[in-house]
Amino acid sequence: MSERDDLTAAVAAGALPAEEQHRALLVSIVDVARAIFGARAASIFLLDEAADELVFEAVSGEGGDTLVGTRFPSSTGIAGWVLVTRQPLVIEDLSQDPRFARDVAESLGYVPRALMAVPLLHEERALGVLEVLDRVRGSRFALEEMDLLALFAGQAAVALDLLQRARRAGAVLAGSPDDLAAVARLTRALDSLEGERREAGLDLIRALEELLR
Amino acid sequence: MSRPEAHEDLPAWSLTSSEAEGIASPAAWPEQVTADWAWGEASGRGVCVCILDSGIEQGHPLVGTVEGAVAVSLGEGDEVVVEDDREGDLCGHGTACAGIIRSLAPECSLLSVRVLGAGFTGSGPALLGGLRWAIEQGVDVVNMSLSTTKRQFAGVLHELADTAYFRRTLLVASAHNMPVESYPWRFSSVISVGSHEDADPYTFFYNPRPPVEFFARGVDVEVAWLGGSSIRSTGNSFATPHIAGICALIRSKHPDLTPFQVKSVLHLTAANVRGAG
Repeated sequence: MSERDDLTAAVAAGALPAEEQHRALLVSIVDVARAIFGARAASIFLLDEAADELVFEAVSGEGGDTLVGTRFPSSTGIAGWVLVTRQPLVIEDLSQDPRFARDVAESLGYVPRALMAVPLLHEERALGVLEVLDRVRGSRFALEEMDLLALFAGQAAVALDLLQRARRAGAVLAGSPDDLAAVARLTRALDSLEGERREAGLDLIRALEELLR
Repeated sequence: MSRPEAHEDLPAWSLTSSEAEGIASPAAWPEQVTADWAWGEASGRGVCVCILDSGIEQGHPLVGTVEGAVAVSLGEGDEVVVEDDREGDLCGHGTACAGIIRSLAPECSLLSVRVLGAGFTGSGPALLGGLRWAIEQGVDVVNMSLSTTKRQFAGVLHELADTAYFRRTLLVASAHNMPVESYPWRFSSVISVGSHEDADPYTFFYNPRPPVEFFARGVDVEVAWLGGSSIRSTGNSFATPHIAGICALIRSKHPDLTPFQVKSVLHLTAANVRGAG
């Protein structure tokens, strides 16, 4: 990455919302997914390409407190299959699958009855998987539900992409010399000001710019 | 894994007057192609169906005998390695596809090519390597309930799909219901499949508005799963083996048909087409 890119990333990292705000966006997506489907839980898994693992990134409902950060292999199990094949999947009667039932019961504390899983695709990249557990359902599944899930997946994928960009910019900033960090802090400080104080801040920066020329 | 050899000595690039007789259709086509003509009384005998997926659980009561199972992975130098598979199914999905195909074509032979388990980063090369290996084996039908969004693989996948098409291997692949470009289902040399909500496993529809060409049963399907179990499932990935199974039946009754002809038979026997005749 060039010095110019570093500066851009540093300024961007200063202006971008913090990690907590991105995580809040993901949590709100799984909260809404859970509400719309009347589900017991919903979660987003992010692919950590370097480690080749899936990571619980946001959870709504049961298991929410303990699951975030948990990792598992990226190409096995149902979530791994969905990620690798890019195909959404709905499964009922999960308790019939002894291996899944045992593994999930250990992490969730209960065995879900049903699962909807959809890949999170942004352009040509597969970023992760969205899962909805134990939705309220009628007598039989309808394809409209699958379309709704795909719509949600599109929204979650955009949010996940933003989160990853912010993390990369943050990593550049963390590994950069002090002067870049100073620029980023300045950007963040200015961004937090309003009204007259913001105008005064901008005047100060313009004066500084003149001085430094 | 036998394949018809009848046309191998026929001209490939041009046709002289004296050779024209040689390409007369070996069997008379009926005035109207019906499901009964296409696959009535067929069992899938003599047809090999390859399932490119997560593996197949050996000995599952809904699957029966699996003729062969290999796993595709990447070696130390990132070369594709194909070796006997001793892991079985890493997800359950491959077993589900095998069970659907077995229910439609009870006497076909099944070959499992596991392309999952090599990690996410190795999954693209494993998919390509597995498909190439299956085509080289001369299988009759390949069930691909999977796709890739990586453009870097699209060119090679396209070449492989065309190679299969010219070597009479039918590729049956799941379409996407998501707004992204993915492959290989979009290629015209592939039979692409989406889901309908009807419960009849033999009912399928032709789509006059491609790229998805056919819709088959894909909602609330009872399928084989891990541990000898069965579960209910929904997705285009379960519609695909329905068409793959019907293709196995057609191939078992009419082994000389090319992929183009099989696709034509599917069109003529689709629920929304055959009714018009």
